[in-house]
Amino acid sequence: MTDVVLETRDLVKYFPLTRGILLKKKIGDVKAVDGINIQLARGETLGVVGESGCGKSTLAKLLVGLEKPTSGSIVVRGKDISKLSGEATRKARRNIQLVMQDPYTSLNPRMTVGDIVAEPFQIHPDVAPKGAIRGRVQELIDLVGLNPDHINRYPHQFSGGQRQRIGIARALALKPEIILCDEPVSALDVSIQAQVMNLLDELQRELGLSYIFIAHDLSVVRHIADRVAVMYLGKIVEIGSDIQIYEQPTHPYTQALLSAVPVPDPTLRGHRDQIVLQGDVPSPANPPSGCRFRTRCWKAQEICATQEPLLEIRQKSAHPSACHFAEVRDVIHATQ
Amino acid sequence: MSDVSVDMSPSLAGVKMTAPLLEVEELKVEFRTRAGIAKAINGVSFEVNSGETLAILGESGCGKSVTAQAIMGILDTPPGYITGGQIRYRGVDLLKRTDEERRLVRANKIAMIFQDALSALNPVFTVGFQLAELFRKHRGMSRADGKKRAVELLDLVKIPAARQRVSDFPHQFSGGMRQRVMIAMSLALDPELLIADEPTTALDVTVQAQIMSLLAELQRERQMGMILITHDMGVVADVADRINIMYAGRIVEKAPVYDIYAKPSHPYTKALLESIPRVDLKGQQLNVIRGLPPNLTRIPAGCAFNPRCRYVRDACKVDPIPPLYEIKPGISSACHFWKEVRGDD
Repeated sequence: MTDVVLETRDLVKYFPLTRGILLKKKIGDVKAVDGINIQLARGETLGVVGESGCGKSTLAKLLVGLEKPTSGSIVVRGKDISKLSGEATRKARRNIQLVMQDPYTSLNPRMTVGDIVAEPFQIHPDVAPKGAIRGRVQELIDLVGLNPDHINRYPHQFSGGQRQRIGIARALALKPEIILCDEPVSALDVSIQAQVMNLLDELQRELGLSYIFIAHDLSVVRHIADRVAVMYLGKIVEIGSDIQIYEQPTHPYTQALLSAVPVPDPTLRGHRDQIVLQGDVPSPANPPSGCRFRTRCWKAQEICATQEPLLEIRQKSAHPSACHFAEVRDVIHATQ
Repeated sequence: MSDVSVDMSPSLAGVKMTAPLLEVEELKVEFRTRAGIAKAINGVSFEVNSGETLAILGESGCGKSVTAQAIMGILDTPPGYITGGQIRYRGVDLLKRTDEERRLVRANKIAMIFQDALSALNPVFTVGFQLAELFRKHRGMSRADGKKRAVELLDLVKIPAARQRVSDFPHQFSGGMRQRVMIAMSLALDPELLIADEPTTALDVTVQAQIMSLLAELQRERQMGMILITHDMGVVADVADRINIMYAGRIVEKAPVYDIYAKPSHPYTKALLESIPRVDLKGQQLNVIRGLPPNLTRIPAGCAFNPRCRYVRDACKVDPIPPLYEIKPGISSACHFWKEVRGDD
């Protein structure tokens, strides 16, 4: 791939499970992220989808440096940022910024919008001279489609969609190359969702940003992503272009996930190929042996319990898929 | 399950079984707050019959949940007050009945499923106890009988190993299982009408599919009426028979499900449909509804949607508020220019 801005190599994050209060004894690990390899090119949007508990938010935290990986590396522009320390970490983090899910709790209610967006400049004083900060903040507020005159207002004076714009302005402050969006629209109403997604789209074209877009809503991801990775229990089970994932999915989990998304078209009712999965996601503290999806999979056979399927291109899958029995099945267009 | 409970179900004086299951007429609700009077519902009318699913669809703040609370009689007063209208169950205006009689209707006749099952269930009692409580209070059963019924109910909603799980606490269940417990609880006393307020919003898609198919199956079997309150146009397309679209406390469009998606008659509905990304289509730029829903203490004059509307004319900005024009039997739209919106000549 040309011009890779971010790459993870065998990224792993385990959270220890302990028992006892004084003499904490380790009794196991929650394997939140378990060997993730992704590459992100300049100007590209990589969507990451999965259900709650699949590790997508832990992945986001690792990438922005809010958690330290247990092992593996995160390479940004050729530098492994997980191994840096002190001043070097601070500099490296500038390049990768986060837009958070909940615009109601991710903005400090006691700070004005101007102060919120200016805060990154205070933490990184070498980015802009003191005198230029105010101008930069107004530019940013304008860029995300808010009125620069509202710079002295407080977050509670804005609606959810506007607050999310403030969050985006803050993320853009240090001119990062990579923006990580962790469920940026899931707290918003549909009419507002579209506004924020279109804004993200425009900013990407204007500024040449790369996005990692984490969401549970598959239709939102389809709209915005160039490539999509599907996660299940800490692992990527399938990755490919949006056409490959949405029109030619080969992993049974992706197929089930897609078939479960309601389509706003009543004429398809009862005609869609619906795969209703049984049961819930197993605990990541004690994932099933072999393929992690096998406990809910209708294709599962003996080999699935003994041998872990690797994420690779297979005979019947033109893009990497972690299933021994990978095979294309178009679930969203299939009608009976 | 429940031949017995039907017989024991107490009845409400004045009920006519020939009357429609639920009729809401010109309902008005306001919230009296320090910031002023917020008119949450401004004259909403609709009807639900046995065996059909009516979806009430709208964004947050449009008054869809308040409508449900008013029907159930669980509106927080103060600050919420019902200031007008009727809510008739089988011909009986519930708003004129005593608290005692309304209690009788709740759970027995009209039951409700809430969005967030974790906060709707009591964390300090086992789910079995909470289910059995219904039978003890409403049917005068013993603890042991109540528990037996609780197990049957958990079985009905397909919770595996119901006999063991009945003595678990709510936190020991996953989100989907908890929602199943909620459904079991709402069905316990065989209600004729089920109000589901965003029943799957807090759940993952694969679990959402499980819960919606369970609800649809149970509704079919029992020929219940159902009011599905949601903001998700996808879920509605899969289960509803008729749809009412709400905006700023009013119903702006009513239509059968097929018509509304094929040919929306109100600009708001049309804009909503164009603003949702679809999993089966790779979208271009999404069509955005500009602006924000109005503040309910200061609803614009004329049509409440006029500041955001593409079809807006001068007539929309002044009172009178557009009435629900009947376009065809079963289809109506509160837009002066519905012909233009539909593209009819």
